[in-house]
Amino acid sequence: MKREMICICCPMGCRMTVEGEPGAYTVTGNTCPRGKAYAIAEMTAPERMVTSSVAVVGGNYKTVSVKTASPIPKGKIFEALRLLDGVVLTAPVKEGQTVVEDILGTGVAFVATREVSVAR
Amino acid sequence: MKKDLVIIGGGPAGLAAAIGAYDKGVRDILILEREPVLGGILNQCIHNGFGLHTFKEELTGPEYAHRYVKEVLARGIEYKLSTTVIDVTPDRQVFAVGEEGLLHLQAGAIILACGCRERPRGAINIAGARCAGVFSAGTAQKLVNMEGYMPGKEVVILGSGDIGLIMARRMTFEGAKVKAVVELMPYSSGLNRNIVQCLNDFDIPLLFSHTVVEIKGKDRVSSVVIAPVDGKLQPIMDQAQEISCDCLLLSVGLLPENELAKQAKVTLSPVTGGAEVDDSMMTAVEGVFECGNVLHVHDLVDFVSQESLHAGECAAAYLAGKRPTADKVRVGTFGGVRYTVPTLLNREDDGESLSFKMRVNNVYRKVRLKVMADGEEVLGKNKQIVTPGEMETLTLSPEQSAKLRGAKEVSVGLEVRA
Repeated sequence: MKREMICICCPMGCRMTVEGEPGAYTVTGNTCPRGKAYAIAEMTAPERMVTSSVAVVGGNYKTVSVKTASPIPKGKIFEALRLLDGVVLTAPVKEGQTVVEDILGTGVAFVATREVSVAR
Repeated sequence: MKKDLVIIGGGPAGLAAAIGAYDKGVRDILILEREPVLGGILNQCIHNGFGLHTFKEELTGPEYAHRYVKEVLARGIEYKLSTTVIDVTPDRQVFAVGEEGLLHLQAGAIILACGCRERPRGAINIAGARCAGVFSAGTAQKLVNMEGYMPGKEVVILGSGDIGLIMARRMTFEGAKVKAVVELMPYSSGLNRNIVQCLNDFDIPLLFSHTVVEIKGKDRVSSVVIAPVDGKLQPIMDQAQEISCDCLLLSVGLLPENELAKQAKVTLSPVTGGAEVDDSMMTAVEGVFECGNVLHVHDLVDFVSQESLHAGECAAAYLAGKRPTADKVRVGTFGGVRYTVPTLLNREDDGESLSFKMRVNNVYRKVRLKVMADGEEVLGKNKQIVTPGEMETLTLSPEQSAKLRGAKEVSVGLEVRA
């Protein structure tokens, strides 16, 4: 298995090549150890924080922004986003309030990232 | 009405400036914000990645803004929302329109923290139909994140600035197909992290050295024509290709919003579009300060907050009686450094350390960034790489700063190392 990737650890943006099997990857093209660590993490268990928004009724905003409380596996991003389809919250919404519990068995929740108060 | 300090803009710059001034003893402060909420553009930046420098954690835009709003509220700093400033005079009068009608203020000091706006289609002269479906990336961001509307289903993005990259991912999340991001230059002005996590993660192609040469469509965009460009950035028309789409997003740069600064007779820099400021963030008009994206466009909000906190502290010092020196040192640039902030230094040594923010005009590898005073290197910093998309900072010690303040000639620049 061989994969090309750009390192995101600093502005250098090293173009790296990762080869080998799980547990025995070799990384080339990196300038520093951070690049190697990033490349191996990307090969073994890439994770991403996912942010989106859902509808709110009766609030001073029409939508409220949400995020995964911690990063989730990259491969589950779209399936996770589908869980937000059709979710409609009612104001008031508190920052940090759980919007969807336990995304796809990850134990991670979608939480609101802003407060929405009741419309005057 | 009289106010010691009037801050124009309640975004990240205005909020931090208010905190900086308050904590240095100013109590009679008023923030004027034209939107119905504090927080500025951060409210629509719902993605994460804010605050790594300041809070050592990754916040979303609304969360980052809320931290500063809480600090402002805790200090009881006064603010007016839905209030638009329409005039600022050189003798520091401020005229604004809000829910209470016309507001006329005489300020002891003013901090301009009005942010920037996006470069529009008209500023880049794309030929073609004037049909619906062409948006600036920030407008699309507001529509999707705040209003809950999708600007299109099949999208082409011109420009690889961070907002364009972020919107490529956001539109993909909401079910749109982003067909390409087209970048005129051979490099992106966006962060690598955004190229990887917003484009590569979703196999969205990024075409360097390409541009949009025509927009087609009658009522609605139906396609755009893109072409590669030559070394002089001229399109090579016989290699043009048409991409069908119903939406074109423009992420082609940000412009500091300095209309009020002009009315106040503030001297602007032709390079940044922002004011020329001295090391206390004061403009050419005494008592008028500037900070944040209205001064020069930043990559990270953390740096906006830092700079603005400093501006607030300097405004407090001015209100307490500290005056700029009549003669100031002008800071020149050399090598590939396009501009620095500040551009002027007060002569008087106040024992504080100076710091310069700068941008370069191209990608350079293995360079030394240098601060020179009368032909001597006062500070140097080696860098593996510098790019136009990443602002660089050089901070001098109080002793080095004193050397600069006493010099005949000061310049900041870069030298490529052998």
